[in-house]
Amino acid sequence: MAGHVVLIEDERNIIEAISFILSREGWRVDAHSNGEDAAEAVRKAEPDVVILDVMLPGKSGHEILRELRDDPSTASVPILMLTARGQSKDRELAERAGVSRFMTKPFSNAEVLEAVRALTAS
Amino acid sequence: MTILNTLIVVCTAYVFFLFAVAFVAERSARRGQGRWLRAPIIYTLSLSIYCTAWTFYGAVGSAVRGGLEYLTIYLGPTIVLVGWWWVLRKLVRIGRSQRITSVADLVSSRYGKSTLLGVGVTILAVIGTTPYIALQLQSVTLSFDVFAPAVEGGESTQSYTAIWVAVGLAVFTILFGTRNLDANERHHGVVMAIAVEAIVKLAALLAVGVFVVWGVSGGVAETLERIDASEIGMWEVSGGRWAGLTLLSAAAFLCLPRMFQVLVVENDNEAQLRMASWAFPLYLMLMSLFIVPIAAVGLDLLPAGSNPDLFVLTVPLSQGRESLAVLSFLGGFSSATSMVIVAAIALSTMVSNHVVVPIWLRLSGIGASVSGDVRDVVLLSRRLSIAGVLLLGYLYYRFSGGGAALSAIGLISFTGVAQVLPAMLGGIFWRGATRIGALAGLTVGFGIWLYTMFLPSFGPGTIVPMSVMENGLLGLAWLRPHALFGIDGLDPFLHALFWSISLNTVAFFTCSLLTFPEPLERLQGAQFVNVFQHSGAARSWSGGAAQTEDLMIMAQRILGADQAQTLFRREARKQGLPNGLPEPSPAFLETLERELAGSVGAATAHAMVGQIVGGMSVSVEDLLAVADETAQMMEYSARLEAQSQELTRTAGQLREANSKLTRLSVQKDAFLSQISHELRTPMTSIRAFSEILRDSDALSPAEKSKYASIIHDEAIRLTRLLDDLLDLSVLENGQVSLNLREGMLDAVLDRAVAAAVAKDEAPRLLIRRDAEAERIWLRTDLDRLAQVFINLIANARKYCDAKQPVLDIRISRGADGLVVDFIDNGSGISEDQQDMIFEKFARVSDQKAGGAGLGLAISRQIMARLGGGIVYLKGQKGAAFRVSLPADLAIAAQ
Repeated sequence: MAGHVVLIEDERNIIEAISFILSREGWRVDAHSNGEDAAEAVRKAEPDVVILDVMLPGKSGHEILRELRDDPSTASVPILMLTARGQSKDRELAERAGVSRFMTKPFSNAEVLEAVRALTAS
Repeated sequence: MTILNTLIVVCTAYVFFLFAVAFVAERSARRGQGRWLRAPIIYTLSLSIYCTAWTFYGAVGSAVRGGLEYLTIYLGPTIVLVGWWWVLRKLVRIGRSQRITSVADLVSSRYGKSTLLGVGVTILAVIGTTPYIALQLQSVTLSFDVFAPAVEGGESTQSYTAIWVAVGLAVFTILFGTRNLDANERHHGVVMAIAVEAIVKLAALLAVGVFVVWGVSGGVAETLERIDASEIGMWEVSGGRWAGLTLLSAAAFLCLPRMFQVLVVENDNEAQLRMASWAFPLYLMLMSLFIVPIAAVGLDLLPAGSNPDLFVLTVPLSQGRESLAVLSFLGGFSSATSMVIVAAIALSTMVSNHVVVPIWLRLSGIGASVSGDVRDVVLLSRRLSIAGVLLLGYLYYRFSGGGAALSAIGLISFTGVAQVLPAMLGGIFWRGATRIGALAGLTVGFGIWLYTMFLPSFGPGTIVPMSVMENGLLGLAWLRPHALFGIDGLDPFLHALFWSISLNTVAFFTCSLLTFPEPLERLQGAQFVNVFQHSGAARSWSGGAAQTEDLMIMAQRILGADQAQTLFRREARKQGLPNGLPEPSPAFLETLERELAGSVGAATAHAMVGQIVGGMSVSVEDLLAVADETAQMMEYSARLEAQSQELTRTAGQLREANSKLTRLSVQKDAFLSQISHELRTPMTSIRAFSEILRDSDALSPAEKSKYASIIHDEAIRLTRLLDDLLDLSVLENGQVSLNLREGMLDAVLDRAVAAAVAKDEAPRLLIRRDAEAERIWLRTDLDRLAQVFINLIANARKYCDAKQPVLDIRISRGADGLVVDFIDNGSGISEDQQDMIFEKFARVSDQKAGGAGLGLAISRQIMARLGGGIVYLKGQKGAAFRVSLPADLAIAAQ
């Protein structure tokens, strides 16, 4: 088994796609579609990688990122951020908050797989 | 003893003669036969009170002690009369037009009728004049003693003489000086008497002079030889003292209370002044002509140690010319009495008007209403003041011991009263002079005069201790009375004159520049400084109409033409004079004053109205000058205010524009990132699943089919989004073409319901309609209207959160047109979000549904194109939208 991924994403079809791609390579994927309690879910699951959307109901991806980085138990977990809002401001904001990797939608499946692999390897 | 008896008889006869002259003059003036009393020559002769006993006797003494220096005392007035003619003319004009009664009144009036200044100048005048009156009493006594050297108990005779003279003068002054209440009335009797005395003293001095030159010396040439031989010819002339004394006597000529009395108060017309300007210097020249010969001969003839102040008497006596000596005595007596009489009148007017009466009015509680009692009180107070002034002079004479030389006392007195000069000249030539400035100058000058001249004059150690004279006040060397600020070695008189007058002037100007005059001060300042511009044509306010017209002109200047005319018309109507000007009734004046006070302040308004109505000597031009000044100031401040308001407004507009730009920029960012999100999200799914389909061989047919349909649905979603965006863009740019058709409202609604409710889903939402009301013909773009309805019904389906969702569609028709309400039974939209739901991509938070959030934005655009509108309907339980169509589009049904 390659590892455990928590996917925080509200778009049903994208959850399905990412789950399919990762689980086919042996990853265990837990999807979470609400922003409000996403950080709590990560804390409980103690995953190897977190994949985080930006536009979420309840709480934005940026807020969740900050919350995770501020909490010692999740401060060092690798976080891959995905956004559909391709603006450079988002990238800067995320990098300042300590994101591990930042990708813009739409992405290629191979790229996501590669990113998740790289994040767990280091 | 015979000569003494002769002297007493002659003297008594002379006094009776003076009483008679005064009485006759007074009577003919009263009967209106006093033309001759106003002759310029009488006025000129009355000015001779400048030549007191100090001049009559003292000039010779001064020549013996200081050479030609005595001439400076004549030089000053000559300069004023010849060179400063315009100053005098202005003073006289002001005195007449303002009904000025004294120096104190002049200064007080000029500076806003200041009581404090009036009292201050009065005190200064009394302190400055009292030694001078004492000096006159002393000279009469001394000269009398020349004829009665052998009388036993001389001391008591002396004081008796002084008392008799003082009492006699008091009686004369009271009799002829207080006949009228109005201090501004001319005292014809007094003036006539002193004119006679002027002739007597000139005649006496000339007679003695002629006797000395031709009777004793034997001719002009011999006299000149004697002068050359005497020590008088050896006196050196000190430039500083000459300049100082000339300046001082010029100042005193203008400021001395008694000179002001004859120059200004007793003046009747300016022709008098014209003659005086050349005749009085001539008189002075004649008075000074024989001074040096008398002095030289006296030094020659009389034993060493004789009092040179009495040479005028003792030289004829020593030559056995007793009748000449008696004439000379009468000359000296005349000089002394005329001065004391006028000084007493002048001082009593000041003391009475500025000190006694104000105090009495305050104590007795009588306001400004003048009744008969007050008249008596004023007369009584003036009479008592005369007695008081003479008593003071007598007391000073008794207690000072009469030791000092005559001319020294004269100089102290001159310097004291000269302190009024800066405030006086500044007041009549400079509008910027203020009350505070005048007070400061007078206080400083008076203080320095007291400290450096008056107090030390009692002799070192009498009032000012020796230690202070030598080491300065509090041991500070720079405060020594005769060497202020360390300037040592100067003549004490020059020293005091220089410091008192220069610091006085500096204080006056500095404080005037630093302070701002009050309204009444400004008014009076304009009056005084511009006296020539209008007082010549002093108008009398004859009729009520003339007064009202002037009030109108003034009011227009201050209130503006429209407002003033409105006010006057209103007041005229109130008085029952709808077509004319209002009568200047008390009620009207009060109203006018209140209106003006709003613009120029209560004090100025009161003064202005009072001056016009009271017919005071203030001319209309003055009032207008003040009004213009005020109006300019108000206009200026209004302009400043307007400018500052404009700046504030501009700043506000800039701030608003800036924040609008910021908001727009934020909106644009938000819009772009929204579009990006809405487009990329379906594209992400499409790309991910198409890659899965491409790369994975081991997919089950069910998986393949599922992923393909996801790709299909997302592609449709994307297409719909693009359609909406294009639709909105077209609608917003106004490029849409409407397809107007006629149709029934119910048909449009049927279509919309069918399109909104997907056929394959169970109709979870219950839609309640009113078939009857829906039968309405419309002429509009039916497809666009249906699009709006579809959107509203779809929203209710998606967002209504009731267990049994119900949508009511209600139709109502009013004057404005047709209204279609869509109201569901859900929880509705919170108030803070109602404003933004019509914005692009505005999806109420937490609600996740298929749309991109463009539906309501598009609906709003459509309704605007159709000439109607769509709004959120407040106050309903659930979400409620109202679609309205204009009346001409809603064609009546059946």
